[in-house]
Amino acid sequence: MNSRIVYIASNTFREAIRDHVLYNLIAFALLMSGAAILVGQISLGIERLVVVNLGLAAVSLFGVVIAIFIGIGLVSKEIEKRTLYTVLSRPVERWQFIVGKFLGLAGTLVVNTAFMAVGVFAALLYVTRAFERTDVWILVALYLIILQFLMITAIALLFSSFSTPLLSAVFAFSLFVVGSFAEDLRGFAAMARGISRWLAIGVAYLVPNFSSLNVITSVAHQQPVTGQFILSDSLYALVYTAMTLCGAVLIFEHRNLK
Amino acid sequence: MKPSARITLVVSILLVGLVATSVFALYRLDQIRSRVSLREADYLMSPKIVKRLSLGYDGLMADVYWTRAVQYFGARHIVGSRHYELLGPLLEIATMLDPHLTVAYLFGGNFLAPPPPHGAGMPQQAIQLTEYGIRNNPSDWKLYYNLGFIYYMELKDYSKAADAFARGAEVPGAHPFLKVMAAQMAQHAGELQMAQMMWTTAYQSTQDPDIRDNAAAHLLALKVEEDIINLEKLVSLYRERTGDWPSSFSELEATGLLRALPLDPLGQPYKLEPEGRVEVREPSRFRFLEMPSSSSDRSPDGKVSP
Repeated sequence: MNSRIVYIASNTFREAIRDHVLYNLIAFALLMSGAAILVGQISLGIERLVVVNLGLAAVSLFGVVIAIFIGIGLVSKEIEKRTLYTVLSRPVERWQFIVGKFLGLAGTLVVNTAFMAVGVFAALLYVTRAFERTDVWILVALYLIILQFLMITAIALLFSSFSTPLLSAVFAFSLFVVGSFAEDLRGFAAMARGISRWLAIGVAYLVPNFSSLNVITSVAHQQPVTGQFILSDSLYALVYTAMTLCGAVLIFEHRNLK
Repeated sequence: MKPSARITLVVSILLVGLVATSVFALYRLDQIRSRVSLREADYLMSPKIVKRLSLGYDGLMADVYWTRAVQYFGARHIVGSRHYELLGPLLEIATMLDPHLTVAYLFGGNFLAPPPPHGAGMPQQAIQLTEYGIRNNPSDWKLYYNLGFIYYMELKDYSKAADAFARGAEVPGAHPFLKVMAAQMAQHAGELQMAQMMWTTAYQSTQDPDIRDNAAAHLLALKVEEDIINLEKLVSLYRERTGDWPSSFSELEATGLLRALPLDPLGQPYKLEPEGRVEVREPSRFRFLEMPSSSSDRSPDGKVSP
């Protein structure tokens, strides 16, 4: 890989760590241990389900929040601090800057998710006393969550490349919500008629489909996820991420930074 | 005192005061809310809306709603309430959010079906819930078992109970008792044995300590009932032979009708009352035991409660 991209990525990673991003792990650890201890006392027969559902939902939500709130500042903060001009005055292309920033934040999220995964499995072991073969599907769910992070990071970066941090956060979060309703959008499209039908279909295919990357409930029930599904999801997420990054690069390439 | 130290002191006192006030305000709010929560049902959202608002985390939301249902039932059950209006909607939301949440069908059915104070007294809702569970989880034999259990215990509908057990018996890996239960239901026979079989199945098919404890308590009560029926038969036989009621079990022992002094499952000797009635010494030790005035009033199957 291009060494300049690696350099920018590692700097972004270091910067995120310096911003105490990993502090969220403390909140996560407290949440998981609290849930593992408490749920047996307040509910009935769902100890394992809660640990998996809550653990994976927390991994996903914490990651989405980090991806959005750090992603929106990746470009604008560099412009604000004027450090972007120092970077671009060196032999660094604008696209390398965008890709490096993306990989740095994606790396941070992967490391964060890895720590959280350890927390989920520790809580699961505490509740169930022993792992089962089907627990391996939790790893698949975590992998799909990471794919979700890649898409959201790219989206946040896209908005960051032309908008203010506040508006970028609003846009990115809105797109996350709309993307979570992607299946409903398709349902509406099927029910609509005429031009609105085509419009709804267009929107349903254009917005990120996060619901297809969410297998939390089925893995909580120890249901398997097929290889074909994982492959199709990976292809979709990676293509969507690349597409969004291309958009961010295009906008940033033509942005007047003077 | 330095100005900064004074500010620190004043602000600290203010902070403590504000925390106390906020706690008090919340406490007052809780009191007001408990009074206005009589129409809680008005604030329940439709399952579809909850599903949409869950942003894909519907499994987690189902767990939350199931926990709410457990808390709601538990809070009312403990004070002997006879009104459980929200139980059905809470279970409906939980199972619609996660149709594979089998605990909600199994326990939820047992919360809904029995008459108050043991349950909500809504067997039809329990049946609807369990049927919905079967449609979504057709390979789970425990749901058919639960359905048959409700038909038999609450509605005494033997043909529907037999049908539910027979459907369950066809599921691979089903408990072998289901076949027997289906056959027994069809004959309407051996109700005490039937009840024993049901609670044994309930005991064997769960790892939950509360459910096992509940099933074990039912089995103990059924064992007592079985003992009492058998002992009263022997007492009647004694009377047929001698023309008098026995005054103690020793008289039965002396005539060879009993080999030893009969003990209840917890090791206490049974009591022989006038006119041949047999009773346990400490009925309170058997949670689900009925003590009718005569053996003819005795329930053959013990009690049903969650």
